[in-house]
Amino acid sequence: MTSQAAGSIALPLDNQQTDRLTAAVNGLTPLQLYWVSGYTAGLAAAGVPEGELNAGAAQPAASPGAEDTLTILYGSQTGHGEGVARELGEAAAAKGFAVKLKSLADFKPAALKREKFVTFVVSTHGEGDPPDDAELFHEFLLSSRAPKLDGLRYAVFALGDSSYVNFCQTGREFDSRLAELGAERALPIVECDVEFDTEAKRWQGDVVERLPTLLDSKPAAPLLRAVENKAAYDRQRPFPATVLSNQKITGGRSDKDVRHIELSLEGSGLSYEPGDSLAVVADNPPALVAELIAHFGFAEDTPVAAGDETVDLRTALERYFEITAPSLGFLKGWAELAQSESLNGLLAADRQGDLKDFFASHQIIDIVRAHPAEVTAEQFTGLLRKLAPRAYSIASSNTANPDEVHLTVAVVRYDAFGHTHEGAASTYLADRLAEGDTVSVYIERNNRFRLPADDNAPVVMIGPGTGVAPFRAFVEERTERGAAGDNWLFFGDRTFSDDFLYQIEWLRHLKQGGLARLDVAFSRDQADKIYVQDRLRERGRELYEWIEKGAFLYVCGDARHMAPDVEAALVEIIAEHGQKSREDAAATLKELKRAQRYQKDVY
Amino acid sequence: MADKLSDVERIKSESRQLRGTLTESLANPLTGAIAADDTQLSKFHGIYQQDDRDLRSERMRAKLEPAYSFMIRARVPAGVCTPTQWLNMDRMANDYANGTIRLTTRQAFQLHGVIKRNLKASIAGINSAMMDTIAACGDVNRNVMAPVLPALSAVHRQVQADAERLSDHLTPATRAYHEIWLDGEKLDTPDVQAATVEEPIYGKTYLPRKFKTAFVVPPQNDVDIYAQDLGFVAIVEDGELKGYNVTVGGGMGMSHGEPETYPRLADVLGFVAPDDLLAVAEAVVTTQRDHGDRSNRKHARLKYTIEDHGLDWFRGEVEERSGVTLGGERPFSFVANGDVYGWQQDDAGDWHYLLFVENGRIADRGERRLMAGLKEIAERHRGEFRLTPNQNLVISKVDSADKDGIDSLLREYGIENSSQASLLRLNSMACVAMPTCALAMAESERYLPDLVSQLEALLAESGLDDVPITMRMTGCPNGCARPYIAEIGLVGKGPGRYNLYLGAGFAGERLGAMLLENANEAEIVGALQPLFERFAAEREDNEHFGDFLVRSGVMRRVDAGREFHAASAA
Repeated sequence: MTSQAAGSIALPLDNQQTDRLTAAVNGLTPLQLYWVSGYTAGLAAAGVPEGELNAGAAQPAASPGAEDTLTILYGSQTGHGEGVARELGEAAAAKGFAVKLKSLADFKPAALKREKFVTFVVSTHGEGDPPDDAELFHEFLLSSRAPKLDGLRYAVFALGDSSYVNFCQTGREFDSRLAELGAERALPIVECDVEFDTEAKRWQGDVVERLPTLLDSKPAAPLLRAVENKAAYDRQRPFPATVLSNQKITGGRSDKDVRHIELSLEGSGLSYEPGDSLAVVADNPPALVAELIAHFGFAEDTPVAAGDETVDLRTALERYFEITAPSLGFLKGWAELAQSESLNGLLAADRQGDLKDFFASHQIIDIVRAHPAEVTAEQFTGLLRKLAPRAYSIASSNTANPDEVHLTVAVVRYDAFGHTHEGAASTYLADRLAEGDTVSVYIERNNRFRLPADDNAPVVMIGPGTGVAPFRAFVEERTERGAAGDNWLFFGDRTFSDDFLYQIEWLRHLKQGGLARLDVAFSRDQADKIYVQDRLRERGRELYEWIEKGAFLYVCGDARHMAPDVEAALVEIIAEHGQKSREDAAATLKELKRAQRYQKDVY
Repeated sequence: MADKLSDVERIKSESRQLRGTLTESLANPLTGAIAADDTQLSKFHGIYQQDDRDLRSERMRAKLEPAYSFMIRARVPAGVCTPTQWLNMDRMANDYANGTIRLTTRQAFQLHGVIKRNLKASIAGINSAMMDTIAACGDVNRNVMAPVLPALSAVHRQVQADAERLSDHLTPATRAYHEIWLDGEKLDTPDVQAATVEEPIYGKTYLPRKFKTAFVVPPQNDVDIYAQDLGFVAIVEDGELKGYNVTVGGGMGMSHGEPETYPRLADVLGFVAPDDLLAVAEAVVTTQRDHGDRSNRKHARLKYTIEDHGLDWFRGEVEERSGVTLGGERPFSFVANGDVYGWQQDDAGDWHYLLFVENGRIADRGERRLMAGLKEIAERHRGEFRLTPNQNLVISKVDSADKDGIDSLLREYGIENSSQASLLRLNSMACVAMPTCALAMAESERYLPDLVSQLEALLAESGLDDVPITMRMTGCPNGCARPYIAEIGLVGKGPGRYNLYLGAGFAGERLGAMLLENANEAEIVGALQPLFERFAAEREDNEHFGDFLVRSGVMRRVDAGREFHAASAA
């Protein structure tokens, strides 16, 4: 996408213009050229008439409509704030302005970057605390994660109660922080006591009166803007992405620790599409490295070969070798070194199933503990694979989250064989990175897991557990694109109360139309275990109707049990409601797969 | 009345006699909440949607909806329940709620923490023991209260019977409750929707606001008759119940920062004979139904209707609607609004033990195993239980032969009225507040015991430990624990911050006034300490703390609610 846009940018110039440009830049030093590129980019950002840029406008800067819409955001504990916000909306709408009225709880803070003029109506409660619905926005705005807001104008209406010490504190914090981030204060902050009607009326009048000017002209954008040198980051050269947030999204009583992780891609030039994965280059758990070294009694500075280099053992085990999941090569080699009959037995041709189970349940350390052998450090590392990056299905839409990428990571941590086991990459992301740290990443394309090109096509997504990740991206993307096709999500996990990943977002999408349907299965909330495939069967008739209407089916998540169970349910549904034999139903599903209307991302 | 009706009026009016979309809400598996409109209607069925506010922020970050659960309030007319009903409530609490039972300030049971998918089973379970939850909340007449004082047993029985009679008379008639919760036959047909046949007293939109009724037998004012919309003061002459003084227009609720809202003490309307009781009560209810403010819910209680129209007008309406001419007020007086603890014998020879339950919470906490102890007592007890208006419990109608057995169980479970409990603690009361009540602005039940401990020590230092003082705390100004008629009243304003009200009467016959606004613990304790010392030094014989503060001029005397804010010292 990037290269195509760069290519077509040259098209709007005619021959004369090309000549003039060539003459102008002739003889400039690289540094001067670089400056000129920033200068012209600044000119473009300052408002080249849209028509002239159309040919190359692959990515519009703002979402449609943002230009002349008054955005009113409110945070309100008692409903007073919401009332003031609503009245302002009505007054502006009466004058013919488009109005977007939202609770701060429903507004994605990062989207401020795309706004032109925003009014905030926010109350303060208790000892200077933001109201519940503004809590997260407030935290984001005051944090180091808040973006520069040079292109934004704003006005704050603060409600409070002067019998409290920190009267109107939240409004004051919004007002000063927005200015600090480069936004322009369009109207001075208004601070109100419990009796606020008069001031509210006056402020609403002031805002509406100034709307024509505020919405018509853009605040002076800096003319010169450094344009990032777009380097292609990839497998060979991963991008150091900054961790923006690492948030546990399972409840306190869940058995599982699932994280929503947001990384910044700002300055990377990286872009991705729904369905793509993010590869994460993760270090191994230091505790595991220490355990292995201690188990063998190696010196941690023993030099070992790591590819073409020689490094100390500790570094090699931490950064270079895969030390959690055993490979077949490792198992064979270790069986030989340990002269273990049981390991050798597992490798017999007729024990494929046992071997599979063994790999699923054993880490390297379990094998070396259970089957001891006298080895040198070089002998041990000689059996290890190179540490490979771990790929996670991306949980965000790039369109909805410019410069960010989100992951849904189940933290692997369990006790087995008397020891604590950790997943290398998941604990790296969850435990060993703090906000502000960087992590090496690159994008892995997945062209076999793509939204339909036709925005009118219905989509059915089946994604229990963290398998729901790409569907968060799908729904965000389709919402952002204004795709007319209906979206139907099947989600499942253990408990409703603590494992309903992204529950608030799904409910919001359902309310706003981003999801047409949502069916959930929670296996542990009743005596009988209920899974997504059971819900599919319950909804079989409607599901078949969707397939008949041209729906695209997507499955993401566990490959061992879930995906085959779901596939079996789909065959049953097609057979029953399409009045087909099982064989014909299976053939129909195969045909859907061939037509890329049945896609899987399972692991 | 040209003002726009409040939104709750629309919800009631469209609800088809309280049906709304409750059935659909219960069936929605995607949220632990019910639809917004249904949260108003569920109250009429005795159910409040709440969420664990301790977890609210954590769950919002986790992108999970609030930890919704429901509070269920079971009606117990006159506060009387059987041991079988107690055991049933114990089972419901353990199977579906948070394992505790809350006794309310209106002699009802509350269960907390019931999640949506257990709601129907809980309500059905409560009903299986011949107890219900309908009209425990909502814009209707709620649980009818009656005194528990066992000493005047013959009169007490008559008053209790009148209370139960009135409770039945004013219970909503809608079949919605049975349809939704008990799988009763559906009557939700167009005929029913169109007509008001279902609700002869309430009509289609019920009352403008909640409505509270109580009976009382002087000289004990344990039900706080002055805080009730409608009250009946038993007039007993020569040991015989002659009838009742009718009181109207009491109510506690107000809003911070809105002086047009205020707590108000009830007025005596006149005297009524027992036979005319229902007619007069119904006339009071329908007058409020037709004249109460339906545009502003903060101005909708009967107390404002009476303030706006005047008491004489109101009396005229009631007499005309009931066809009963009210007699003149008969003399009566009260001595206290608290409970009388321990064993008492009634005129029939039965024993009653009034058990202190701190803030009404039945739970096993360390050595004090109230939940387990009362379960065992209920398994053996052949009499009744009575929930008191001060959130305590009477083990009632104990045969002399069983008295020792009850005593030893109380000791075994560490729940006898401890000699350690100070008079301040025994006369203290707190609402639930955090973490479940959506209205709470500050802690109440979880905090009051600590504050009492601090004040106990100060009182002991001043030699006042033998003086009973009433102290009540609420987490918000709505006043569930009736703080404005406690000698020390604390009303939550924000986390760790309270308004302090002083000077109310010991019998709940006079309002307090505000001394401190938005004060923290140090400021509250700091203000009370010198007042305790001065009280100890200047106290007249048997003088109460509130009376002293008014006599000495520290606080202004407040009898009329409309003067409540003007009397503030802050």
